Amino acid sequence: MLSVQGLSKSFGPFLAVADANLEVARGEVVAVIGPNGAGKTTLFKLITGQLKPDGGRVLFKGQDIAGLSPHRVCRLGLSLSYQVVNIFSRMSVFENVQVAVLARRRQVLRLFTPAAHLAVDETWEILNSVGLAEKAAVTSGTLSHGDSKVLEMAIALGNRPELLIMDEPTAGMSPEETRAAMALIRRLNTEMGLTILFCEHDMELVFNLAQRIMVMRQGRTIAQGTCDEVRCDEKVQQAYLGGHDHA
Amino acid sequence: MQQQKLLSSRSLIVVAVLLAALALLPTMASRYYIYLVALMMVTGLLATSLNMVLGFGGMYQFNHAVFYGAGAYAAALLTVRGGFNPWWGYLLGPVMAAALSLLMGIICVRLSKLYFGMLQISLGSLVWAVVFRWYSFTGGDDGMHGVPSPRLIGSIDGAYYFVLIVTVVCLALMYLIVNSPFGRVFQSIRDNPERAEAIGVNVHLHQLIGLVIAGFFGGVAGTLFVTVEGSVFPDMLFWTLSLEIIIMCLLGGWFTFLGPMLGAGIVVSLRAVVGIYTDYWTMVLGIILMLLIFFLPEGVLGFFTARLGCGRAAGEGD
Repeated sequence: MLSVQGLSKSFGPFLAVADANLEVARGEVVAVIGPNGAGKTTLFKLITGQLKPDGGRVLFKGQDIAGLSPHRVCRLGLSLSYQVVNIFSRMSVFENVQVAVLARRRQVLRLFTPAAHLAVDETWEILNSVGLAEKAAVTSGTLSHGDSKVLEMAIALGNRPELLIMDEPTAGMSPEETRAAMALIRRLNTEMGLTILFCEHDMELVFNLAQRIMVMRQGRTIAQGTCDEVRCDEKVQQAYLGGHDHA
Repeated sequence: MQQQKLLSSRSLIVVAVLLAALALLPTMASRYYIYLVALMMVTGLLATSLNMVLGFGGMYQFNHAVFYGAGAYAAALLTVRGGFNPWWGYLLGPVMAAALSLLMGIICVRLSKLYFGMLQISLGSLVWAVVFRWYSFTGGDDGMHGVPSPRLIGSIDGAYYFVLIVTVVCLALMYLIVNSPFGRVFQSIRDNPERAEAIGVNVHLHQLIGLVIAGFFGGVAGTLFVTVEGSVFPDMLFWTLSLEIIIMCLLGGWFTFLGPMLGAGIVVSLRAVVGIYTDYWTMVLGIILMLLIFFLPEGVLGFFTARLGCGRAAGEGD
């Protein structure tokens, strides 16, 4: 479904992504891991069009989407849920998700229809499925960190993506919230058939959720395979798992 | 899962009472007060049109008065120089303002917040300079006086009712727009343009449409000013007026729909009162602004809606 080939991006002299390669098949859950600064977030931003790559190709459903603007990438069925909470803070939780649903339905340029009557059922459906229905009327800027991360996902779901990319979905969450988020992600994959690509520092979560793993180091893909293959890979152990930081 | 209404019944009653009072005003008040209230409505409409992009779109539109002036000048020039029926002037004035807004928007919309505002000011000043210098056509710094009104609204009462009706219609339209999908998405762009782009919104296009809408209603306010005053002058396009209407939005509450209207009412009436005692009106305005920033960062209406717990004006009601 998604194929990244030899992608590169530099910021001035700094090579953030040098040679990234990634394959994601429909229905899979794939994790990208790597030490801090390995280029995971940059890779995701290159895929979703927020950054323009210097070289390489990004094929989504067979179409080269490298360099396309974010709103066009999104309309093809690829959404990003951010690492840093990135929501519409003055609007209610309900409105946050509704806006995404409206954008997907291409109804954003309607000037005189009350928004209160549009996309209501679908928005409630999403809020119910992620467990935010009770907080629908709350101004989103006042949510707890865990809830904002869930809202973050809910907004991405509002686009009804085929491929959902999540940048550290559980960063900063309490153990309890992390467990809930993990269950949610699994449910999105099994029940709603979503293909999921995510990156995460929590190795327990990665090995629990992902069917395949891609390992990055200094902007390069150094390994790609099933959990067991990656666990046994020497280069990976050397670069990452053997380190003191994250094992 | 409650079905939401566009207006709660309580606010409907308030609006109805207010409208009745405004409709009856000419039967009770003197000519001066009729004129003053008409001016408040015109200025309020102008501030509300600015707030469409400022409060609901998060765009630093620093030169909004240009569209006010453009609407007014277009109407006056069509009538006086073009010899058109004044009604045509009223109709085409806002369209011209919207066209100018589109043109300036295309040039500026790619820029981010502050740079957008700076370029808007420069382009606006350019328009002002043309109007100010082109004596043979615009009357230069004298402006144009004695612009004829249609006979139907020639009297002060007639002008007042015309202003009242047009203002109410425009406010209703803008209220609809703010609460439409367009308005919701516009607010999401205000809160987070990057994310709005990522959920599939063409942010620049959306902002451009917002600018044209704001320019149009600003132009309507300009033509209403011609109805009330019968004259136009270059100060209408000057950046100091732009600043003043920004202050009105902040004073009334820029995240509420009726805040700018309230802010305009306060500023216009204060100026009328203060003007009797001193020439230093701008100093008074400066003090108001300082007090506002320290004590009422959400504006007067924002403060009261938060206090009374009746939720946000354009938000989701129960």
